[in-house]
This record gives sequence, C-alpha cells and structure tokens, in this order.
Amino acid sequence: MKALSLRNLRKTYNNGFEALKGIDLDVEAGDFFALLGPNGAGKSTAIGIISSLVNPSSGTVRVFGHDLQRERSQAKSCIGLVPQEVNFNQFETVKNILLNQAGYYGTPRKLALQRTEHCLKQMELWDKRNTVSRRLSGGMKRRVMIARALVHAPKLLILDEPTAGVDIEIRRSMWKMMQEVNQQGTTIILTTHYLEEAESLCRNIAIIDQGRIVENSDMAGLLARLHVDHFVLDLAQPLAEAPIIDGYQLELAADKVLNVAVPKESGLNNLFGELTQRNINVISLKNKTNRLEQLFMDLVETKSAGGKQ
Amino acid sequence: MNHSIAFRTIVIKEIFRFIRIWPQTLLPPAITTALYFLIFGKLIGDRIGTINGASYMDYIVPGVVLMSVISHSYANVVSSFYSTKFQHNIEELLVAPVPNWVILAGYVSGGIVRGLMVGFVVGLIARVFDDVAVQNWWITLSVAFLTATLFAMAGFINAVLAESFDDISIIPNFVLTPLSYLGGVFYSVTMLPDIWQTISIANPILYMVNAFRYGFIGVTDIDIQLAFIMTGGFITVLALFSLYLLHKGTGIKN
Repeated sequence: MKALSLRNLRKTYNNGFEALKGIDLDVEAGDFFALLGPNGAGKSTAIGIISSLVNPSSGTVRVFGHDLQRERSQAKSCIGLVPQEVNFNQFETVKNILLNQAGYYGTPRKLALQRTEHCLKQMELWDKRNTVSRRLSGGMKRRVMIARALVHAPKLLILDEPTAGVDIEIRRSMWKMMQEVNQQGTTIILTTHYLEEAESLCRNIAIIDQGRIVENSDMAGLLARLHVDHFVLDLAQPLAEAPIIDGYQLELAADKVLNVAVPKESGLNNLFGELTQRNINVISLKNKTNRLEQLFMDLVETKSAGGKQ
Repeated sequence: MNHSIAFRTIVIKEIFRFIRIWPQTLLPPAITTALYFLIFGKLIGDRIGTINGASYMDYIVPGVVLMSVISHSYANVVSSFYSTKFQHNIEELLVAPVPNWVILAGYVSGGIVRGLMVGFVVGLIARVFDDVAVQNWWITLSVAFLTATLFAMAGFINAVLAESFDDISIIPNFVLTPLSYLGGVFYSVTMLPDIWQTISIANPILYMVNAFRYGFIGVTDIDIQLAFIMTGGFITVLALFSLYLLHKGTGIKN
C-alpha cells in the first residue's frame, strides 16, 4: 500500500517561478522517508501541495489511495502536518490547541480529550497543558506542533524541518519520539537540513533539486555508493609533515591532527598498521563529514553542473 | 464526513475569543452608547421634539442598537480572521478536512453571536434611559440577525483580502461608519433635501435601520419587504463571493 503517490506534480507561481517541474514520488505505508534538497529546491512547495496549503498547477496527489482533488476529505483525514514555522494561536492554551485541531478533523469531544492527553504525554507536555502557548520554550513549541499533528491519529505524518533551531538534547529526544510514532505504524515523511538526522532515522530517501527528483532510493543503498570516507585522526605526538602511505590521502590539518581519505577497498586496518610502523599513535578518530551530507553535496553539485552546461 | 463538529469547534473558539477579551469587545459599546443615549437622546433629544410621531429618544434607540450590531459583527470577523491569517494558524483549518463553507459559516456565526450580544447589551442600556418597547419581535430579531450575517460576511471578505492591519481598519473607519451615520440612525431620511434623499437610497444600511425601527416602534421611511429583499440579496452575493475567494485561496494560499 502506498501512503503517498505523486504523479507529474507541477507548480508554477504567479511570478513565473517554476518550483516543481513534474515530480513523481512514491512512499510506502509504514516508511520513515526523507525528502531532502537545498533551499529553494521545491521541498516546501511539494509539502504545501500535499497538505493543501498550495494549489498545484497540474499533476495528481494520492494519499493512501485517495485522490486529493476528488476525495478531499478522506485524503486530508490521513495527513498530519508539522510545519517549519510555529503556526498555532499563541494566545491559546496547549490543550485547547490540540482540542481545536481534533475538532476540525471531526473528532468527538470525549475522544478528542483522550487523544489530547495521550499526545501531550507522549510529547512530555502534559504538565504544560494549561499554559498559554506563547510562554513555552522553542523546543516545547515544536513538540506542541508534533502533538497537534498527531491528535487526529493520522496515517501519514509530514515533518517539515521539525528540529530546526532546537538544541541537540531536545533534537535527540524528538528523534526518539518520532521513531516511536513510526514504530506505532504511522508513515513519516521528514524534510531536514540536518543530514545526520535523515541518515539515522530514515529508511528511504528522495533528493529534490531545482524542482526535480534527482535521487530516490533506500538509504543503505545510497550510502553504499560512497566510495571514499573522510576521517579526522587526533594524534598523541605532533608531526612535522603528513606521512605518505600508498592507497590513502593524508593531510596535516594541525601539528597533532591528521585528515585522511580512506577508499572503501583499502579499509582502516591497513592504515592503522602503516601508522603504527611509523610510530604514529592515534588517540581518537571521527568522521570528517557526515556520509549522507557528502553524497548530498555530490548529487546536488553534479546536477547543478549538468544544468549549467 | 460529519462537519458539524468542525463547525461547532470554530464557533465555540470564536465565542470564547471575544468573551475572553470582553473589556475590548463588550464593554466599549456599552459605554459609548450610554453616552449617545444621554447626550443625543436625553439632553438634546428633549429639545428636538418628535419624528414621524415618535419621541427623538424612541426614534434613535433602534438605530443605535443596529449600528452596534453592524460594527461589532463586522469587527469580530475581520479582526479574528485576519489574526488567524497573520499568525498562519489558518493553516490548521486548511490542512484539515474542513470544507470552505464550514470555515465561512463558522467565522460568520461567531460574528453574528458577538453582534447580537452587543445589540442586546445596548438594548438593555437603552432601557435605562427610555421605556421603549418592541412592537414586533419577529421583524426586530430577523432584521438584527440578517444584518449581523451581512456585516459578518463583509468583515470576512475584508479579512481575506487584507494584507496589513491598516487594511482591516480602512473599511470600518472610512466606509462603514459614514454609511451608518448617514443611514438614518439619528434622523428621518424625509428630513433631507431631495438630492440627498435620492443618494441615501443607495445606502444599504438605510434599509436595515428602517426595518429594525419598524420592528421596534412601527415607524419607517422605506418599504419593509424591500428591506428584507435587499438584505437577503446582499447576503447571497457576499456569501458567493466569500466562497469564491476561499476556493481560489486568495490571501490564504500560495
């Protein structure tokens, strides 16, 4: 069963800007799906169309088999949206924000109260239920938006940069919450600029650039295409210059910091053997860049270069 | 899908909104109209005499009540819906399976309730200054209801088209207030020179004020049936235009 199916989706704004140039996309039910792309690539327009905030120029959107144009109520009932910007009534209490949203979806009052309690507890906001929302911290406001999107029990949850601007501790706790929601059977589509977030949470991925899908595959398959990993090594003793080791590219970033490019076929064991032979002791090692970030840049830059030719 | 829950949610939200801020929404009209009744009705009115057989105080009470209904039903919807747009929480409604007619009906109903509540409060204050009694409840209530509906809908259109807070004050200040004052609230249109009588016929508020006054004290300058037809016609046109704007997403969708 497909949770979402886009066919030849196009959007040209009144000023003539073509934000979407005919995209096709399928998201399976139960998936945790990443929709990535640089700023202005068309992600927000696509999400806006799926969630009925933007009128498409042409193309079709089906949500769990329901056509968004012809079976509007059924399609919309399946969707919960967490937008980029805080968009709830800042003068309303947290509880009323959720109760009103449940009401818009036709949820009877008794059930709405039960779901509100469940969602606020799930998002660790139950003790803030009677607080006027403008008094909440940034991280809490983000969680209110997730709770609000979940209150009508949607089958498809769209998270548009849900962790933008929140500190790492809150971001990690939000990841845990999102994973729990996905494990309970809700399909999730996530857009984010934190590629580490997409890599650790999502099973499938699409990359959109300049209004077109430039990549659509499973996360593991995409990452396997990365041929070279970049690491940073912290050394015990300072070096005057970078050692030369066949099969690896080494570069001295500071007197006790070594950058190294490791081809997949060479691996790390051989590198450490060579370093040990040269009496170079490594204290710690970390990835120089996030693997998905590297792939993302490769894909987007390749496409941009292709477009300019 | 049953949309009655969504409709009820919008209406209750709207009613709680204006009740929560009652010092801004319910108190000012009570004070302003008390001053109207004291100054124009009692102090000056006693020297004016009668108009169409009614004392001046009796004559202005229905107009002042309806003027309050007009301004508050309009103000409620224009400020509430524009704030919803401004804060982007209109997106809560657009994402949900709420049909456009339910959104319109919900906000307009909120405006009607506030308009009628303010009208009731002003009516109670009028009773302090004057013992005017309603002659025909059916006409009085139906005109109040239709007038509140019409101006709540006009407020909705203003809010949809507005792009700034200035835009939501221009119509009330420069169109609604002059039309209300020139709509025969404080005088009979027959007292005007011919040319101004002819111009006044184009003012829709004139019909509503006169129909409402007829319900109150049985005095009118215009035909009651025509007043109902005009008001009903305006409501139909504004409702269709509101639904068209919502369908196009004007001012609320990209």
